[in-house]
Parts: sequence; C-alpha cells; structure tokens
Amino acid sequence: MRYSAWQVFRQGLTGNRGWAPVWRDPDPSPEYDIIIIGGGGHGLATAYYLARKYGMKNIAVLEKGYIGGGNVGRNTTIVRANYFLNGNSEFYSHSLKLWEGLEQELNFNVMHSQRGLINLFHSDGQRDAFARRGNAMINQGDDAVLLDREGVRRYLPYLDFEQGRFPVYGGLLHPRGGTARHDAVAWGYARGADARGVDLIQNCEVTGIDIRGGAVVGVQTSRGPIAARKVGIVVAGRSGQVAAMAGMRLPVESHVLQAFVTEGLKPVIDHVVSFGMGHFYISQSDKGGLVFGGDLDFYASYAQRGNLPMKEHVMEAAMTLMPMIGKAKVLRSWGGIMDMTPDGSPIIDKTGIEGLFIDCGWCYGGFKAVPASGDCFAHLIATGQPHEVAQAFRLDRFRSGRGLLDEEGTGAQHNLH
Amino acid sequence: MRVEGKGIVNRSAPLAFRFDGQEYQGFEGDTLASALLANDVRLVGRSFKYHRPRGILTAGSEEPNALVELGRGAGKLPNVRATVQELFEGLEATSQNRWPSLRRDLLSVNDLAAPFLSAGFYYKTFMWPRSFWERLYEPFIRRAAGLGALSGLDNDEVYEKAYAHCDLLVIGSGPAGLMAALTAARSGADVILAEEDRQFGGRLLSEEEQIGWQPARSWAASVIAELSGMANVRLMARTTITGVYDQGTYGALERVALHRPSGGWAPRECFWRIVAKQAVLAGGAIERPIAFAGNDRPGIMTASALRSYLHRWGVAPGRAVSVFCNNDNAHRSARDLAAAGVEIAAVIDTRADAQVAGDFPTYTGARVVATRGRLGLRQIEIRHAGGRRRIDSDCLAVSGGWNPSVHLTCHTGARPVWTPQIAAFVPAPDAVPGLIPAGAACGVFSTAGCLAEGRRAAREALKALGMRARQISLPEAEDRPYAIAPFWHVPGKGRAFVDFQNDVSVKDVQLAARENYRSVEHMKRYTTQGMATDQGKTSSTGALAVLAEATGRAIAETGTTTFRPPFSPVSIAAMGAGGQGAGFAPQRFTTSHDPSLERDAPMIEAGLWYRPSYFPIKGESHWRQSADREVSMVRNSVGVTDVSTLGKIDIQGKDAEEFLDFVYINTFSTLKEGRVRYGLMLREDGHVMDDGTTARLGPDHYLMTTTTAAAGLVMRHLEFVHQCLVPHLDLQMISVTEQWAQFAIAGPKSRALLNDILDTPLGAEDWPFMACGAVRVGGREARLFRISFSGEHAYELAVPSRYGESLFRLLTQKAEALGGGPYGMEALNVLRIEKGFLTHAEIHGRVTAFDIGMGRMIAPGKDCVGKTMAARPGLNGPEREQLVGLRPVGAVKQLSAGAHLFAAGAPAVRVNSEGYTTSAGFSPTLGSVLALGFLRNGRARHGETVRVVDHLRDTETMVEVCDPVFFDPEGGRVRD
Amino acid sequence: MRIPCPICGPRDRREFYYAGDAVALARPVPGAGEAAWDSYLHLRDNPAGVTRDLWYHEMGCSAWLVVERDTVSHKVLGAALAAEAER
Repeated sequence: MRYSAWQVFRQGLTGNRGWAPVWRDPDPSPEYDIIIIGGGGHGLATAYYLARKYGMKNIAVLEKGYIGGGNVGRNTTIVRANYFLNGNSEFYSHSLKLWEGLEQELNFNVMHSQRGLINLFHSDGQRDAFARRGNAMINQGDDAVLLDREGVRRYLPYLDFEQGRFPVYGGLLHPRGGTARHDAVAWGYARGADARGVDLIQNCEVTGIDIRGGAVVGVQTSRGPIAARKVGIVVAGRSGQVAAMAGMRLPVESHVLQAFVTEGLKPVIDHVVSFGMGHFYISQSDKGGLVFGGDLDFYASYAQRGNLPMKEHVMEAAMTLMPMIGKAKVLRSWGGIMDMTPDGSPIIDKTGIEGLFIDCGWCYGGFKAVPASGDCFAHLIATGQPHEVAQAFRLDRFRSGRGLLDEEGTGAQHNLH
Repeated sequence: MRVEGKGIVNRSAPLAFRFDGQEYQGFEGDTLASALLANDVRLVGRSFKYHRPRGILTAGSEEPNALVELGRGAGKLPNVRATVQELFEGLEATSQNRWPSLRRDLLSVNDLAAPFLSAGFYYKTFMWPRSFWERLYEPFIRRAAGLGALSGLDNDEVYEKAYAHCDLLVIGSGPAGLMAALTAARSGADVILAEEDRQFGGRLLSEEEQIGWQPARSWAASVIAELSGMANVRLMARTTITGVYDQGTYGALERVALHRPSGGWAPRECFWRIVAKQAVLAGGAIERPIAFAGNDRPGIMTASALRSYLHRWGVAPGRAVSVFCNNDNAHRSARDLAAAGVEIAAVIDTRADAQVAGDFPTYTGARVVATRGRLGLRQIEIRHAGGRRRIDSDCLAVSGGWNPSVHLTCHTGARPVWTPQIAAFVPAPDAVPGLIPAGAACGVFSTAGCLAEGRRAAREALKALGMRARQISLPEAEDRPYAIAPFWHVPGKGRAFVDFQNDVSVKDVQLAARENYRSVEHMKRYTTQGMATDQGKTSSTGALAVLAEATGRAIAETGTTTFRPPFSPVSIAAMGAGGQGAGFAPQRFTTSHDPSLERDAPMIEAGLWYRPSYFPIKGESHWRQSADREVSMVRNSVGVTDVSTLGKIDIQGKDAEEFLDFVYINTFSTLKEGRVRYGLMLREDGHVMDDGTTARLGPDHYLMTTTTAAAGLVMRHLEFVHQCLVPHLDLQMISVTEQWAQFAIAGPKSRALLNDILDTPLGAEDWPFMACGAVRVGGREARLFRISFSGEHAYELAVPSRYGESLFRLLTQKAEALGGGPYGMEALNVLRIEKGFLTHAEIHGRVTAFDIGMGRMIAPGKDCVGKTMAARPGLNGPEREQLVGLRPVGAVKQLSAGAHLFAAGAPAVRVNSEGYTTSAGFSPTLGSVLALGFLRNGRARHGETVRVVDHLRDTETMVEVCDPVFFDPEGGRVRD
Repeated sequence: MRIPCPICGPRDRREFYYAGDAVALARPVPGAGEAAWDSYLHLRDNPAGVTRDLWYHEMGCSAWLVVERDTVSHKVLGAALAAEAER
C-alpha cells in the first residue's frame, strides 16, 4: 500500500480500518539463498538493498527479538558526514546522499531533518584539528563552514559564552548534518524489504552457524535449522557471540552508551550541537524532547543501561554549555550496546569462511551509517567485492597496521575511544 | 469545593495564588491541584496532540494531565505536576500548550481532524516535495508539539548534589514502609526513609481507617515521631528515589525548596547518590483508569484520587459524583463521599455480581459508554441490564484496579511478572540484588497485609545485613480482600483514551496491531503510548491489555515495555548541579598566574591549566606585536616562561633504569647521573604516545617530564606497565607536577641571568647542554636542568611550588634588566616551530616514530612498549605521511594549520590529498610564515613545491617542502 | 557501580579508570609472531557473562586491579591486585 496524504485522508474517512500490515509475519522457509542475521537498521537496510539494488531473491532476515529493537531504536538520531580520514570520508558521504533521498526511496517518512550540526571548539589547537576535518569534508564534496565565536553566537545565542568552563572559540558548521526519526528508519527499510519479498522473521534467535568444508551452509535457530548459501552477520552489540558460533574472535569489545530525553518542550534548540570537551551532544526532537548523550560508561557491558557517573557528567556538561536548559527535566534514559573496535571504525568484510560475511564494529556511530552500511554490505554479499566506498573497513587492518582509521587519534588498541 | 471537617490542611493559614492570572485562595498543606479543585477549577491543561481540554486525573506524581508552568523569568519551570506542587503564598501558575487561552485554544482544531491524525500518520505523509520537510512541515509540527516552554534564560538558582550511605534504604512511607523502617531502626540498623510526599504516611494520609485502634494517620505520626528521635534514622521527605543502579546505588531527588518561592539560600533541589547495603521498596501502587468514550474530560479522575482530595485536603471535586469501577476497593470512594455529605449520582460496576453497599443508585454489570461537557464533565451515559441511561454528574471517579509500583525493580533489566489474581504485574523475584519489594508494591493491598509485609521485608534485610531483628508486633488494621475482575475498555464508537497526555486511544493501539506493529515495543513506539512525561504509569497496563486482545494473545505473553530511570523526571540542573559556569572541570593555576595577570597576559586553557598567551607591553595593540617581540627577545637576549604544567614524575628504585628502557624507545640505562635525555614513548599499538625528557638525579632516582596534555595519561600508563607488565621490577613512582614550580630561562643571556640569582654562580665549564643537578636560590633548594624547547642556550629552574611566584617575579625582573622578559604560549609555539620541535599538534595519536623521523631512535638491543607493533608493515614505508617543514614560495604567504596538501596542479579533492598542515606561525627570526605538516613520503620530497589549500579560510599557498628544522639546523646555539 | 578495591575497600566507580580485558597482563614476547600479538592487542572473547578486566584506582591508591565481573548483570564477583594476579 502506497503512503500519501491522499491515502491518509481516504483511510481517515473510513475509520482507518483499511490500513494494510507494514510487513508479513512469515514462518521461516527451510532454505534461503541469503540469510541476514540481525533485524536492526543495518540488517534491514542490507536486505532491502540486496533485493532492490542487487537483484537478489530468496532472502531472510532473522531477528531474535523484534525488528529495530537494537541500537537503531535507542540512539540520539544524529545524521552527519563529517569524517576526515580517507576510508571514512567517502563512506559517510555516500550514506548522507542516500539519506537525502530516503523518504522517497522508501515511501516512508523517516523525518530526515537537515537542520545543521555545529561542533564547538575551545582552543586554537582544536580549531586547527576541526579545520583539517572541515577541509577534508569539502575535499570530499560535502559541506563545512568554520565559524568564529561571533558566528557561533548567531546560530546558538543561548550558549554560555561568558561563564562556561571552556570558552567557545568557534565551531565547525555542517549544514547538511541533522537528525532523523530512528524507529522510522528501521520500519521503512523493513517495509521496503518485505514488499520485495524478503522474509522478516522475528523472535527467531540464531543459535549456531553451520559450516561444512570451510563454507557456510546454514544456521541453527530457535525455530529450527535453516539452510543458506550465504550468511551475513549484522548484530551490533552481540557481534562477538554470533561470530564465535563460526569459531571467530573479533577485534570488538562491547560497551554501553547512554542517551537521554527530556519532557516535551516548545522549540528551543534548532540545530544539533556537539560539545567535544564535555562529550555532550544535543538536539530537539520534533515532538519537543531534548535528546542528548555523552560518552561511553567505559566498562565492558551487555546491559542496556548505564550508571550514574556518566549521567551526571553529561548533565554537568549541559549546565556549563547551555545553562538555559537546566529547568528541563529528564524523562527517560537508556543504554545501547556498542561494538567498540580498536580504532573506533567499523568492519564490513568477508570472513575466512566461504559465504560468511560480517558487518560490525560501528562503535557509537552506527545510526547515520545505516543506509550506506546496508548498501555496501549488500554489495559485498551479492558480488563478493567490497563497495568502492567501503574498501577500508577490513577485518585484517589491525594485524597489518594498514589503513587504520583512528579518527580520534586516541589509539588503535582497545579502550582508548 | 471544600468540605467542612475534612482534610488535614491548615485552615488557619490561607495562601493566595494565581492560575492563568486569576487569583484564588488555598491553605497551607494544599497542592496546587487540591487548591484548584477547592476553587472549582477543573480545566487545567490541554493534551499533547489534539489539544483536548484536560483536568486533574490523580493526586500524585503519576499525573498525566494537569501540567502547568510555574513562576516567571529565569525561574520558570515548565511541565510542573499540579498534583505534586505544594501551594505557597504568591504561587503563580500558567496553563501550557494552548493559544491564545486555555478555554479557547486554536489548535483544538486538531481534535476535529483526529480521523486523519491517527497513530503514526506522519510516517505516511509530509514527504512531497522533498524540500518542504525542513521548510514547512517540520517547523509547523515542532511549533504545535511540545508541552511547556523553557524561559530561554540561563539558570540562576542554586542546585546541589550529595552522597549518603546507609544499611537500609526504605522507599516509601505508607504502612509497609513505616513498618519496615521501624523494625530495622529498632534493631539498630542505619536507616534512610525516603518519601516522595511532603508528609510521611503514604496512602494512610488519604484514607479514613484505623490502625491499632487509633486513626491510621495518628499511628503514622507516632511512628514518625519515634523514628525522628533515633540517631540511626534519617528521614527524607520530598525525596523521590529516581533510579536503581549497580551495587546498591540509588539516585534520589530531594525537592528542597520547590515548595517556596524562588530566591533564598536553599538549593531548589538536591540530587542524592544513596549507597545502601539493603533496600526495601514500599512505593505502593498506582490506580489505573478504564478506557471508555470521552474518558478524558475534566472532572474524571481515579477513584483513589477522589478519596485523597476528600480526606487529605477536604475537597470534593464535584457536587454529583459517580464511580465507575471493576473492583470493591473503589466502592470506598462512594461511601466516603456520601458519608461526607456529597451526593453520589451513581456507582457503576462492570461486574454483574458486584456487591455494592450504600445508599446511592447502583448499576452492576454496567459500563459508562459516553460523557458530555465541553470543558468539564456534565453528564455520563451508561449501559446496563436495563438499557442506556444518562446521569447528570460533574465528577466521575474511575478505577480499573491497581498497578503495583514495580518501576524501580525494572531499572536493572528485570521484567515484572503478570499475576492474574490481581490482574497486574508484580516485581520479578530477586529483580534487583538487595532490593526487597513489600506491600502494595508487590501486590498486597490491605493495610494489615502491608504492615506485615513491611516487617517481613525488614527482617529479610536485617538478615542479609547480619543483624538481629528485634521483636515487633503488628497492630490491627483493615484487612479486606481485594476483589477485582479485569476490565480494560468499553468497546464502542467514540475515542477512548488509554494514554491521556499523548492522546493515544484504544483505536490507535488496535490500528498498530492491524498494521502489524504487534510487538509491545512496536506498539509503544508507533503510537507513542507510555512515552509522555508520566512514562505510562497510568496507561501501560491498559494499553497492553488492548494490544493483547487485538492480537489474540494473553497479557503475560504480550510482554511489557521497559521502565527506565528516572522514576519521575529529574531536572538537568539538579543532576548536573555543580557543572554550571567554571564548575564543570577543575581549574589548575600555576604559581605565576597572578603575576601574569598583573602583566595583563590573556590566560588561555591548556587542558585543565591556564597559561599566558603573551605579555603585552605599552604600545602593543595586537597579539602578533607582542609575540614577535617575545620571540626576538628569546633569540637575542633572554626570556622566561612557566613550564610547571608539564607533567613531572619522580621515579625511584633499583630497577628504575630497566623500567625506563622498557617504556621509552631509546635507551636510558646508559644515562649518567646529572644528565638529561630526550625520550619518546609509544603506545603498545606502535604509535607515539608522548615525548619529554628524563633526568637522572641520583643512582636510582629519575625525574621524567611529560607534555602538559598527556601528564595524566602517561602516569596511568607507567603504573600500568609497572604493575601489569613488569611487576617484578623494584621501583616506585609518584607525580610531583604540583610540588615543583618550573621556569624556562631561554636565550643567549640566560646564563648571565642565572648567575645573577643563584647562590653560587655556574662555573664556565659546568652545566653543559643536557646537564642537571641541585642548585640553591636565595638559600633554598632548587633543581636546574640545561634543556631547551626554543633551540637557544636555555635552562629550566625548578623550586618547591611555594617559592614559584616569588621566583617568577625575580626572574622576569632580572630578565627585563637584561633586555628580556616573560614570554607566553604564542612565542613558545613560534620558537618551537622554527626548530621543528613537536607538540600534540604533531604527535596527535596517529603518527609513528617513523613518521616523525625518529624511527631510528628505537633501540635495537631491547624490547619496549610498542616496538613490535611499530614494526607492522602498515606503519612504515613511503605510503606514510611524514613530518616536513613548509615555507611559502609563491605570491601568497598565508599558511594555516588544518589545510590540506596537494601536488602542484592537482585539483583539491579528497583522492588527491597527500597530507595536511599541523602548526603554522609567523617567524620573526626568518621573516616568513612557516608551517609543519605531514606529507606522503615527505622526507624524500624536500625541495618539491606543493599546494596548500585551506577551503575553510579560503586560502591557497604554494610552498616548498623542507626539513622541519627551519632555524639553526646544526644546533650550535643550544650548546654555545 | 562499586568496585571492591583490595586496599581501599568498596569504592564508587567514578574513582576508577577502566582498561578492558585482563588479557592485557599476558604480553607476548617480542618474537611471538603476528598472530600472538594480534590476539593480545586486538581480538577479544568479549564474553556476555563473567569476565576478568582491569581497573585502575586512579583517584585512590593507584593500584591496578583485576576485577571479576559479569557483563550482563554487572555483578562484581571480586577484585585482586594486578601485580599479584596470575598471568
């Protein structure tokens, strides 16, 4: 069923009784050409592009819980293409371009809002580092503007320019940066995939990966064994456990990242603001809640919740940067499980097992990557070759030291990001 | 209206307040909600989506409807629950989410368009044309959405944070909480009793019943009186436990002064971190409504709220009251109001076999099917065995049963368990280690049951604490069984709301099921049920039941969404208390801070430290004038600068030299006493971590310096290496950064300056380059290092910090006498760029020793941290970007850091980028702008001309690639 | 979250710096080969369950600790000085 204003009107007149299911609930077939393990944003997008763009058929997505229940449904919804290392730059640039046509592509309003993102800096050194980043963004064909203090004041007059602990020197504006409605992204891709014949199978947990003669032949699930010629693992937050089913150890540690939303408020923050010194970033949802987040809790965890020290740190950062939001009340906080790689960048690659592919390690930047990750993983699975914008995301880069993608410069070993 | 002889408000203390500009009167002890109801104000707010008129649903923090803005100016608070806000003299409240007025709200047209605004409609439209989203649709949606408004002004009130520790935290002070606290306190445990309300007693304050042959309220007061006299008990009223965290850590919000006007010394709120060895959750239960057409009109409230308003505040919220319920408990509301002389228009019980005792019209097996009254309830329509009937009624009390307050038990991930006997969820067994639910919070609803539960829970906690429970007897109390038959919604045409604030109706939930958003999480996210400010406290179970019905599943099978912290909303100002202004991070000041300020030096952040940018003198109007002068001063006479911010780590022990060999790439075991050596340190991943010098002060005594930025990182790293990798080595280390004030004295006249202040002047042949040792200044011990970060003949002189300020004053004064003076960070930066010395602009975490031309420093004969990984193929070779110097050769002479490098003639696009600049500055010494940067295979490209493009600053400069040491490459000056 | 420091007693998480899997204690010899080093520095078991990881009591006694902990429940099972831990 095609969505449109006309359809909303027509259905409204008849009591909204005519809306069709967004997706089917099929039972798993005994065999598929391609199985995607993981019904999160990346897995659903992969299935969608496999069917839509790469002409693949007979595809299933296996999800142990409900579709979109992982990090795609628990993040701060920021969409941006402001990376500066070769390998990352072109990938996120590609992703942003896909975002820009996503509503029309999916016929689903994901509310992609290009309201502009501003990264603040607080010293000459930080300004120069952001200049390098902004120049890289422009080299890539994306947009960036270096704002001085007065420039930032024009956009964000409510910041505490006088008393804050780290005075604002300026900011890097990324006009095409913004936000999107996270759940809608998962649902939009799911609906699109389902419409193209992909079986979305919820409440189906993969418990084993069947390998014969060095090649994958299927999976064991809570709903029985399913044969497959190719299997893609896209299970952020559980990558280690699923890879272990194929005998692999990954360069991944799982960490919890918290996020917060306040009660609904009339519009007060019109951009995405990122305060690196305080590990704090914020935007306001269309519904009116201030959505913000901070840094990792910093301990390996699979619990989708965090502890007080980081919560308080995030609120303290909010108070030093924009004390006008002090009277806003935090309504809910939650945690997502991040696949942290040594260098802070992802992996989209083949494994040592024929027909088994992996897409993982998105650290805390996976949401904006959903479209390109889906496209590139689909490309890899369909053609056996990496997509041209995802050639850097290799599994073996740590071993060889070639093409490390350490955007933060904090190190290419664990627990430094 | 007030009911004479009822309630515990202080009728001798009237309080004047305003709502939407109109003045009213209430009493001390009122909430804003009770005072409004006493004044017959029923319309209090507008709903989120349809802007429907709403009143007061509850008498507690679960209130979804009655949200108002409180106060004005910077002190304005949006989304304040009228049911929680205590009344004070002069209180000013304003309704929100309406325009132009509460009674006439333009956006209530949304209500007429409701058929087209069903759940999730916005996912299906607003997509054409593409550019209209940001320009038209989204701005409109944003303006229409939201509830209250922030003032837009910086917070100017005090908020605070605090810690508390106890043996037992009791959450809630109803019968279970009081009994638990009493049992534990009498047994000698350190007890904190936290109560959300201003007054202890919980539900006992809202009912008329007896405990131990006295009024329940008197019993509660006597227990509180006993507890407040005990040294091992801390009573915390107005304190909500907001979250449960690991190992018995609880977050709590105390509303210290929100019941008073703004101003005064007390913090508005205090956020507590309570560490409790054990805790008892006695948070009670929350009554849930029933969904039926028009169930959201002002005048419709929960049955228990009705009793609260009567018994606690002496208010009857209506003149002809009806009750609609599915359980016996709600009949009390009718009986109590009738006894107080209020007319009961009808009691409507969904159960055909219900026994309703009382002198009022009763309808069993009946339902409310419609309501009337535009801005407040006027009439209800019921359907019963005898047909349909309209009943005039201005207040309808609804009860669909009680939900135990399981929220806190879910904060660490446990799911509550469905219990059919009470048609509600109860906490899962052992949901949170050390948190024991008791009383109504685990589904025991009678007062006698709650008293017993409280004692049981306290005994369990005492046992876990290893303490003996003292004998305590239970007083006699109400012990009626809780009779309920589940009933969730009245089917029919009109809109029956389950989530009031977010306007989610039964049909919305059914639509979600129809569209196959069947998972409870999908339903929640699609309809927004449970995502309002009350987190679904009154709506979640009802919505779940409707979903279960629509999908043909049992409730237990349908599952629940997750209750997450905080239990009720917490202001950012409270949880972020202390962060505002400079409080966010510590400020570190050098001993020369004040004298630098006296010289008008702008102080800039360097990590947590503050350092002088430059020292302006008379006649200088631009920072460049000062910086250029300071550079020339150092090159030609002498300059003084504070380098105390560099990390200083004192390392001692017989294996210290072996340790240093292991952490540095180069060898330190060959370093002689009285000498200093430059060292480079890698992370284990083979990239440069930090650089600095280490001096050998004695046979087993070293002093390491680090960069300012990496001081903490290196200290942690060294402790890691020692304790985790080479624990067999015998050494100790400690940071002495703050113990020593250290100053660089640099320039051709530095020795002359030193000889002027040292107790014993330096001998002509003493103190060659890289020498160090003890000296005396003004009779005090000091350390002298002949090291240089400027390329000049230079020293660093260190004294115990208490002498730092006077030494700085002395040094700058003496330097000025020699034609020199103090210099700041700008000059320091230019001096080091001229010499190609590195800072973290260059060693930014992604570079290797090879990249910066120090690959050969890695000593071959020993292992060191990072050595193996630095040898990886990807970290070496011509593909790497290597450190180079860059100087302009074309017409344009501008260079900036952060620009990218391209081969001459290559377009400035990503694939052509061959490197970038890291530092740039004007060198007055060489009369040119200079830059350092990294260029692919740069060391082999000296002499080549490349393009430097800075899109952001709109400059493009042709430069010659050269050695990074621009000035005095032979290094003669430093040795002279 | 509270960590039982063997020297200082149970202390709040905010006093500690976290450094990941205690595999970091078992540093390979220089010539152990690429696979051993890759395994040491990059690859992780990353268990959903009991793990041993390293914590540094940075705001306390400066001891590095090996903490036995459950990554799913956050239960802390014990802590020992890293300097004395088995490798």
